[in-house]
Amino acid sequence: MPQIVAKTGNEAMAEAMRQINPDVVAAYPITPATEIVMIFSQFVADGLVDTEYVPVESEHSAMSATIAASAAGARAMTGTSSQGLALMYEMLPIASALRLPIVMPEVNRALSGPINIHNDHSDTFGARDFGWIQIFSENSQEAYDNMLQAVKIAEHPKVKLPAMVTTDGFIISHCLEKIEMHDDATAKEYIGKFPAYTKLLDIKNPVTLGALDLQNYYFEHKRQVAEAMKEAKRVILEVGRDYGKKFGREYGFFESYKLDDAEMAVVCLGSFAGSAKAVIDEYREKGIKIGLLKIRVYRPFPAEEIAAALAHLKAVAVVEKCDGFAAKGGPLYDEIRSCLYDQQKRPLVADYIVGLGGREVTHAHITEIFDELKETAASGKVKEPIQYKGVR
Amino acid sequence: MAKELGWKELPEGDELKAGTAAEFHTGDWRSKRPVKDDKTCINCMFCYIYCPDSAIIVKDGKMMGIDYNYCKGCGICENVCPVKPVKAIKMVNER
Repeated sequence: MPQIVAKTGNEAMAEAMRQINPDVVAAYPITPATEIVMIFSQFVADGLVDTEYVPVESEHSAMSATIAASAAGARAMTGTSSQGLALMYEMLPIASALRLPIVMPEVNRALSGPINIHNDHSDTFGARDFGWIQIFSENSQEAYDNMLQAVKIAEHPKVKLPAMVTTDGFIISHCLEKIEMHDDATAKEYIGKFPAYTKLLDIKNPVTLGALDLQNYYFEHKRQVAEAMKEAKRVILEVGRDYGKKFGREYGFFESYKLDDAEMAVVCLGSFAGSAKAVIDEYREKGIKIGLLKIRVYRPFPAEEIAAALAHLKAVAVVEKCDGFAAKGGPLYDEIRSCLYDQQKRPLVADYIVGLGGREVTHAHITEIFDELKETAASGKVKEPIQYKGVR
Repeated sequence: MAKELGWKELPEGDELKAGTAAEFHTGDWRSKRPVKDDKTCINCMFCYIYCPDSAIIVKDGKMMGIDYNYCKGCGICENVCPVKPVKAIKMVNER
């Protein structure tokens, strides 16, 4: 029987890890993700999991040890945030190149500097091109469900890619919410046995892994990762549908909120969607047709699907917690505009960069964005394509 | 050289069967080659122990020569050769 429990985002992710029961966890604590591995290490100490816990001395080592464990044939996990993810950067593309289905909770936090511990998306956006699947969560329930599904997706024989599941630092990671958890037996059955594709410790069948790969083979290996990412799109939908059938909560690439009959919409990621939905309800009561598209799967990027979902709109506001410093809008704005390029009819798109370093995105900011969106839709012109909301 | 595989048939994840390095001749960029003097070599096996590339060929306890398919020409064998007054291994320029 599923249980209704109160869990913070970090607790929900730690509970998911307990139910996944990985063979190896190698981790180094970092705010605001510390609790995930801290709670999990308590599970290890209490004998609730069979995991070999490796308390490493840095995140670079955490990812290295996790890669090594996964290559040896173990179901291996770690967890991190911000600077920790940045310290892992060197190892991240190695995990995907070696096709190791590592699953990692990642709590989104601003990148230093200046040093900051609060939420934005600059850390995982910076790691978007490393061949890792990236799944964003709006709340603790999604964080929990995404963690379990990430295992199924990453370990699928057509995928075999590492996956990170994110929550927004403090906003989700430390916020107590009501979630529905599967009982342990159900979760265990759902997760299943680890299909070790790479088994370095199988001495009867010795292999070489990660050999020097120069002009004559590197390209082919990268082409394989590109293909696996494409396959991942199919598998993500399959796993999301199956999850819905089994547990009543279906997941896709993104969530559409009041989008079908909308004239304009907000595109966003993570916890901001919750605030935006509340304000959308207010506008809907006034007869203003605003909807929302919340991206759940950022890598692989579901370009055609997003384009199809947005094509009927007059105006779209991309609201993102990352700048990218490209002097032409944030990364999500880039990708949304790019995926709409092939549409015969496409909405106008404006970019709103918000919430850097945990700056609160208030009701007033959202109504400003919505009112400007209304103006754009009415006038057929984007007044100011790239804006910062909430900055002094 | 074996046929170079395309991405569809290439094993995934840069995984190879063990021991394939033997099929890949890595000694072709040497600038100096060690040459052994059969008459003065005392079969002490110093060169065998110190060679970083297992390029000293040994059979029945005798130093048989150098495997030029893998020797990189580092000169360690010449350096450790204890034969006096003239070493039994000498580095000469590759042509």
